[in-house]
Amino acid sequence: MDIFITQLSNGLAIGSIYALVALGYTMVYGILRLINFAHGDLFTIGAYFGLTILVSFALQGNVSPLIIPWILIIMAAIGVAIIGFLLERVAYRPLRNANRLAAVVSAFGASIFFANALKLIYSPNRQSYPADIINLPNIPIFGVDIQSKRLIMFGTAVLLMALLYWYINHTRTGTAIRAVAIDQGAAKLMGINVNKIISLVFIIGPALGGAAGVLMGLFYGQIHPEMGFSFGLKAFVAAIIGGIGNIPGAMLGGLLLGVVEAIAGGYVSGSWKDAIAFGALIVILIFRPTGILGERVADKI
Amino acid sequence: MSNTSSYIEIKDLVVKYGKVEALHGISLNVKKGEIVTILGANGAGKTTLLASISGLIRPSSGTILFDGQPIQNIDSAEIVKRGIIQSPEGRRVFSTLTVWENLLLGAYTNHDKQKEKDILEWVFTLFPRLKERLKQLAGTLSGGEQQMLAIGRSLMGDPKLLLLDEPSLGLAPLVVRQILAAAKEINERGVTVMLVEQNAVAALKIANRGYVIEVGRIVMDGEAHALMHNPEIQKAYLGG
Ligand SMILES: Nc1ncnc2c1ncn2[C@@H]1O[C@H](COP(=O)(O)OP(=O)(O)O)[C@@H](O)[C@H]1O
Ligand SMILES: [Mg+2]
Repeated sequence: MDIFITQLSNGLAIGSIYALVALGYTMVYGILRLINFAHGDLFTIGAYFGLTILVSFALQGNVSPLIIPWILIIMAAIGVAIIGFLLERVAYRPLRNANRLAAVVSAFGASIFFANALKLIYSPNRQSYPADIINLPNIPIFGVDIQSKRLIMFGTAVLLMALLYWYINHTRTGTAIRAVAIDQGAAKLMGINVNKIISLVFIIGPALGGAAGVLMGLFYGQIHPEMGFSFGLKAFVAAIIGGIGNIPGAMLGGLLLGVVEAIAGGYVSGSWKDAIAFGALIVILIFRPTGILGERVADKI
Repeated sequence: MSNTSSYIEIKDLVVKYGKVEALHGISLNVKKGEIVTILGANGAGKTTLLASISGLIRPSSGTILFDGQPIQNIDSAEIVKRGIIQSPEGRRVFSTLTVWENLLLGAYTNHDKQKEKDILEWVFTLFPRLKERLKQLAGTLSGGEQQMLAIGRSLMGDPKLLLLDEPSLGLAPLVVRQILAAAKEINERGVTVMLVEQNAVAALKIANRGYVIEVGRIVMDGEAHALMHNPEIQKAYLGG
């Protein structure tokens, strides 16, 4: 039982990061039917921005450890949002009416560009966030000591997701984003500027991805220029599990992937956790080919 | 047929899809306060005509003057802001959004809260069913209700010129009568209406004038009652 609770908390923490990244894939897919393969790299860029900000403003020791994550998240999210916005303008918009393969190639090109830019600017080696930034005592839950940084991480990610959920469902612009995802032509007839909405999605998704990168650096420590590849792949799978194009689906898929993976790692073995997690997810897809919350037919990938 | 009092005036409009020309030089006009119907069989080019007015397709040549201003190169969002609003063929309601959200999106360009409220009240008097179904997903409405929603949603943008593309398509005769009566009522409140229809009888009953399009050209035009009694029209569209 103790192992279960510990692994559940680990799984929810990492799963909430998968979910944040999965949201970027799913929102872009929902609106453009495009898989932004460079999205994993935006997550990595967020992690590096966070580290740079942490070091250059000498935040550690001068600012409360409860405030530091928010400063890093907000600044890195803004930086990555700008890059996301430019990415769409440069790599995707000119190919909007070209065939789909062109956009896929462009996405891979952007991904390689970002990974190599990071290697050049920083270094090809691993770098570390200081281990003791958030040094708070463990918190007992159901008699098990849970690392408080896991809770902060999970809480922060959930808060960001709640904000997004509110924005998408309860504001006029959020409703317009959903409308564009359903029927671009009809959305234009409402006077919605579809290009602006697409830009906005390429701001929100990367902002969340960048925030996830910061959380990853803060709570797991090590970062490297190519981590976005495998991490992005998992988040992408999470988006598919939830039903790609579906926003609550991405949140659910991310959390589920994190939990299944952590529990498999806890009960079976660390080296089998990916295999078990992906196996479980294949089973889900066999029974629900469109993902847990996906409705539309599988003409998607 | 140039006329200075035209509210919208289209001249020699040519529209192509790739290399295929769909409209071969169409000219027509609608005066302020009129209901003008555009009749024609499937594939004649009616939807293409409305799409070019709404800025969804760029014409390759010709002009569209609205209120004296050329609009053929203006993008769709700006056209909506200027007051030309289209209720598209096949309704195209946002099926996974609620009725209420669909109406809100209709008011996307309208930032005057009071006006939004007033129009909403009016939409509810025109189509009381919508008020009962506000929280329902649009995709769960019947065809007639979806058409009411599509029109109500267009009204929310406060149109000066309303473009209706085959609002009677696929609806039972009773519902067609309701919808067209609503179009007439909307017109009586001061909205100019361009009504695209294949159902010529129903359309000519409420229209002031009409045009007939065949494969991308206007082949006939005139007062609604004259068209109604024109033998050629009767043969082609009125089953007589
Ligand atoms: N998106 C499109 N691409 C290519 N051809 C089209 C497209 N839309 C319509 N057409 C063609 O243009 C012509 C006019 O179509 P349309 O305007 O839809 O006619 P209507 O509304 O009168 O039925 C038809 O021959 C149709 O096949
Ligand atoms: Mg048509």
